[in-house]
Amino acid sequence: MILDRRDVLAAGAASAVAGILPWAARAQEAEAAKAVDDLIAEFTGGAEVTEGDGITLDAPEIAENGNTVPISVEAEGASEILVLAPGNPVPPVATFTFGELVGKHMASTRIRLAKTQDITAIAKLADGKFVRTARNVKVTIGGCGG
Amino acid sequence: MADNVKPRVRVPKTAKAGEVITIKTLISHQMESGQRKDQDGNVIPRSIINHFSVSFNGTPVLDVKMEPAISTNPYFEFEVAVPESGEFLFTWKDDDGSVYEDRQSIEIS
Repeated sequence: MILDRRDVLAAGAASAVAGILPWAARAQEAEAAKAVDDLIAEFTGGAEVTEGDGITLDAPEIAENGNTVPISVEAEGASEILVLAPGNPVPPVATFTFGELVGKHMASTRIRLAKTQDITAIAKLADGKFVRTARNVKVTIGGCGG
Repeated sequence: MADNVKPRVRVPKTAKAGEVITIKTLISHQMESGQRKDQDGNVIPRSIINHFSVSFNGTPVLDVKMEPAISTNPYFEFEVAVPESGEFLFTWKDDDGSVYEDRQSIEIS
């Protein structure tokens, strides 16, 4: 078989498209991560966020139905807690602001998750420091329609 | 679409002074996320409750900014240290401007 100019061009275009696709997906993911970083920065005002101590985020390990996933956040003495679902089309989930009458700085609710992801919670503690924690939730059926 | 929106709140009738009580709230609302499409492929516009707040005798207790990721029929559970007899006021704000309210009183025994 003799390759003419048209075949060569078509083959070239196909391989170029194949090369671009995974790159585009990665770029999209990076963009989502950047949006989440921006949201966190907006919440903290650019202050340093430490991992772990002082905040608890409870969620099921496996959520069969992404439409209602029960979660619970608690952070002793926190004035505000921000919950994010980075894998959702709209990453913010809720911002809880606690008044002085709360017994325990905790709240439970039910949220939607589009896919398996690490949900993240960031709390502003009484001393003005920020802590974050994340929890992986495996989602069997996504909950955002589409 | 804010049909049949009905708040349901569970607050104990009585408590001891300073006791920490658990409050559960539920409001029926479809919380249309703005991501779904109808049969013709048109996006169904977002229509959610975007704000929920609780106060006791005028003092703020909890304030929640809600996003489309909150499930249909938004549910919240939280704890309050009750200092005195009085009334809780629960307020939900809808995207369409509606405000839904519920009041529950509690006695200190």
